[in-house]
Amino acid sequence: MHIPDGFLDTKTAVASGVIATAGLGIALRSVRRTLPEKRIPLIGLTSAFVFAAQMLNFPVAGGTSGHLIGAVLAAVLLGPSAAVLVLSSVLILQCLLFADGGVTALGANIVNMAIIAPGVGYGVYRLVRGMAGNGQRGILFATAFAAWCSTVAASLACAGQLASSGTVAWRVAFPAMVNIHMLIGAGEALITTLVIAALCRARPELLLSESQPLLKPRYGELTAYGLLVSLGLAIFVAPFACGWPDGLEKVATVLRFESRAVVKPLLPSPLPDYAVPGVNSAVLSTVLAGCLGTLAAFALAYLLARFLTPRVEIHPGPRPRGSPSGASTPA
Amino acid sequence: MHQRLLSPYVQSRSRIHRLPPVVKLIGAVLFVVSTVLLPHATWVGYLLGAVALITVAALSRVPPLHLAKRLLILEPFVLSVALLSLFQPSGLRVFLAILVKSTLCLFCMVLLSATTSMPDLLSGLRSLRIPRLLVTTLALTYRYLFLLVDEMERMQRARRSRTFTRHRLQAWRSLATVIAQLFVRTSERAERIYAAMCARGWKT
Repeated sequence: MHIPDGFLDTKTAVASGVIATAGLGIALRSVRRTLPEKRIPLIGLTSAFVFAAQMLNFPVAGGTSGHLIGAVLAAVLLGPSAAVLVLSSVLILQCLLFADGGVTALGANIVNMAIIAPGVGYGVYRLVRGMAGNGQRGILFATAFAAWCSTVAASLACAGQLASSGTVAWRVAFPAMVNIHMLIGAGEALITTLVIAALCRARPELLLSESQPLLKPRYGELTAYGLLVSLGLAIFVAPFACGWPDGLEKVATVLRFESRAVVKPLLPSPLPDYAVPGVNSAVLSTVLAGCLGTLAAFALAYLLARFLTPRVEIHPGPRPRGSPSGASTPA
Repeated sequence: MHQRLLSPYVQSRSRIHRLPPVVKLIGAVLFVVSTVLLPHATWVGYLLGAVALITVAALSRVPPLHLAKRLLILEPFVLSVALLSLFQPSGLRVFLAILVKSTLCLFCMVLLSATTSMPDLLSGLRSLRIPRLLVTTLALTYRYLFLLVDEMERMQRARRSRTFTRHRLQAWRSLATVIAQLFVRTSERAERIYAAMCARGWKT
């Protein structure tokens, strides 16, 4: 999902750069304020860990393989602000050191994978945990669903950026990115949940102690991320959803109007597609399929959590560090 | 691991290598931005950019084969996204323009990472007033990345040599266990590193 240089036009690059800077600024500020000094190395090491984990490929159907983003993993382990910082530094390093992801697209990549992915993921995680309770099953259920949602949301934003830059038509970008990432998201969810489950077995105190200040973000912080995520999705994705009926019509016209005003000289014109008859039903069916997919993911996440939860729940509590059951549990 | 990911030529001492890292960093970013800003299909502009890059590459005395290899590794990612742009009116033109543009940018970044070591780049970032916490995080990430990847590969090798199974779910499970165990070790290492940093007089 790393966008290389040359794929984004000026307005998209600048807009995502602004959002990325704002998000990173908020994350730095709140980490500096809430993080005890002794955890600073943990942030750096966790981003090295996420970097390393991203190198592991897992097999997806049909001979292709995907790799982790790790946004939800970081957010569940360290809280949202630290996750934003961790993933941003992974992306910056990949850009500078390995030329993976472009310099001008760095803002867009940070928005997708370091702000939208952990933002959406953490929001969903908190929501589902609120519903499903604080036990281990609740944690796993929430993690699985959040990981899937975060991957899909990130790919949606990525498709929106490519389309609004005029490099890839929306009707190609959307299925190519989002449909594939619904599958990859399932892989991400499975791996993330298995990792969290393994951590629950090996070191529950790393996970279940909610007293860490990082894991209890303040509401202002959460609102800021929520705003940034919805702003990003609104700018990059909403202009293409203008085929939607009634309720969104007004907002969509405003947004479309705005983007047209700026875009006109730069774009080869992705918009005429929307005059094609039958698009309305196509959009509607896409939305329907999306809803069905989300429901299926929700149900699968619950089943996975049930399957992975042991009969006896593990409760939070300190455990001696060298205890034998702390070693890796054979599969 | 190091051979796969790091350029072995960062330590040589050509004219380009000796430039201050801030200059190289800003130069590379300016080059990339101006290349991206060029309108589609200004072939003369692309040619000029390519000539400039090749001059720099020649001055840096990094073997061309090495640079070409790095580019070839990265090119498939660009190609796969660029292919999507074919499906639209005047797609071929957009496709070619994007392909050339992003190859130029890739070449520029490959050159930068082949002539500037990461600690130098980080000191460049620091003098550009990037927030200290971010630079510290980047430095720690770079410092421990290779160690963690090596550790992960060792753990995977150990795991593979002990479990023989063709069951898909088991493979996923063991992968997840490796990742989880890596995180446990990472967080323990972070504690030791903090103690070591304090012992050497580190302040935020």
